[in-house]
Amino acid sequence: MTEKEGHIKYAGQFRRSWAKLKRNRAALFGGVLLLAYLFTALFAPLLYPGNPSAPNLIKSLERPSLEHLLGTDELGRSIMGRIIYGSRVSLLIAVGVIAVGLLVGVPLGLVSGYYRGKVDFIIQRVTDTMLAFPGFLLALALVAVLGVGLKNTVISIGISMVPIYIRLVRGCTLSVREEVYVEAARAVGTQDRGILLRHILPNVMIPITIQTSLGMGMAILFAAGLGFLGIGVQPPTPEWGAMLGSGRVYLFCSPHVATFPGIAIFLAVLGFNLLGDGLRDALDPRFRI
Amino acid sequence: MKDEDKPLLTIRGLHTLFHTLDGTVNAVDGVDLDVYLGETLGLVGESGCGKSVTALSILQLLRCPPAEIQGRILFKGINLLDLGREGIRKVRGNSISMIFQEPMTSLNPVLTIGEQIAEAIVLHQGADRREAWERAVEMLQMVQIPEPRARARDYPHKLSGGMRQRAMIAMALSCHPQLLLADEPSTALDVTIQAQIMNLVVLLKKEFDTSIVLITHNLGLIAEMASRVVVMYAGKVVEEAPVQDLFKEPLHPYTQGLLGSIPWIGRKLKTGRRQLQEIPGVVPSPLEMPKGCRFHPRCPRVMDICCEQEPPFVRLAEHRRVSCWLEAE
Repeated sequence: MTEKEGHIKYAGQFRRSWAKLKRNRAALFGGVLLLAYLFTALFAPLLYPGNPSAPNLIKSLERPSLEHLLGTDELGRSIMGRIIYGSRVSLLIAVGVIAVGLLVGVPLGLVSGYYRGKVDFIIQRVTDTMLAFPGFLLALALVAVLGVGLKNTVISIGISMVPIYIRLVRGCTLSVREEVYVEAARAVGTQDRGILLRHILPNVMIPITIQTSLGMGMAILFAAGLGFLGIGVQPPTPEWGAMLGSGRVYLFCSPHVATFPGIAIFLAVLGFNLLGDGLRDALDPRFRI
Repeated sequence: MKDEDKPLLTIRGLHTLFHTLDGTVNAVDGVDLDVYLGETLGLVGESGCGKSVTALSILQLLRCPPAEIQGRILFKGINLLDLGREGIRKVRGNSISMIFQEPMTSLNPVLTIGEQIAEAIVLHQGADRREAWERAVEMLQMVQIPEPRARARDYPHKLSGGMRQRAMIAMALSCHPQLLLADEPSTALDVTIQAQIMNLVVLLKKEFDTSIVLITHNLGLIAEMASRVVVMYAGKVVEEAPVQDLFKEPLHPYTQGLLGSIPWIGRKLKTGRRQLQEIPGVVPSPLEMPKGCRFHPRCPRVMDICCEQEPPFVRLAEHRRVSCWLEAE
């Protein structure tokens, strides 16, 4: 490569990924959905000034009207308000789950891929065992052990996410650690810690970023699933899955109670998945033309 | 050659084994060599003869297992093989450095040139980040990179191959090592740049008084740079000689073959006294080493004894030895 080509490549590095992302309408749509979602979560009290958990039995199961845009549930609470506040809960879960997955999965994956040998063997057999269960089943089993509630929902879904990160990071580490620059870093006397954090980790960030976007969508879906079954976040906290679950009973007489939280879940997960796919296309060098 | 009484680096009976699924491979099989203060030792041989593995063994950059290093590697009287992980790490980049063959891949794409050079300085000299950065810029200036301050902030992909190799040299010499292991430092560069890089190495060697082990299969480079030459074949040293003697009077048939196979202008490809020669065959698989002298299946002057017994080392003079039955008689 000549120096000139190098310049062109440099100028393009971020801009080209961004340009590619912009051209991808689906990814842009996903991004817009997520921005709306984030905005709702951050400014919930402004968007809905009342208390979303206060019951008002006189107005129970009302159809959508000007007063309650999306109608009310069986306790007369505004579904709009509960969806708005529910976005905070699901965002909190998504962030918490990813934090658990990253904090546990990434270091284990790095160590496993870099040191190989016995450490790798042990970590990988545990990972195999965890991956043998479908992710949701694993989360379900963990909830059964840990108990219900917001914190335990985050922990159990987070743990079910850990093996995915371990596998991903280990695989990337295996290829990066064979690079000459890693050997060169060892040849100047860099410690293993420095090699892992300064030389290998930054080079495996792209797949981690993509997995994080996809993983957040999955976390919301899992949390909603647990909520639907009644073993996730407990009432009266507004949670989309739990709203769906309690609305199920009134599906025939008042379908709006279950439908709107379902749409909220659908849009949030769709947003994360579209953006994740778009990021993969934009950042993955194999798809670069 | 500045001969001192004690060599800087002494290798005795170095065996590097690789335990593979197909069996144990003796990549380096009983190598002895000395590197004296301030000299350039050339290490030559075909691909796969164990040159690079010897260098990697010195710094223990091979993964053990599958590799296993035996023997003694004395650096200033201390056996590097006894130092342990932390001990050898302090030697790497500090008193012994290495430069690699591929300048295009030996710099980390996500760190700037300056950061990578500063890393070694922070590690070994306890300098703080800012100090190390200044030193890194200084080093870039020493390796004649124009606008070193700006280039230090560049990422590797902005530099050409020659510039990257200069940056690698800056990184290797940043802590003023006493010994530099240069593993085919100019092979991946085009010829004009090769000359520049090697001139730079000569200049810096004088500046820092560094001893160099130059690993290459380019005999022209050896003639230019080295004061002594060690010729390796199939994991063993076959001949050692001061550079003039080696070119004037190569003793081992393998060395003769190597010298005979250098093309030069005026040399004819076909028949005639000055014909370009070849060494028939290939380096034997390390899993199936021939009995006796390892070179005998390819040797034009093979004798019966060569197929049976390994030739001993014949010491002809100081720094002049050869392992061949032709000389043993």
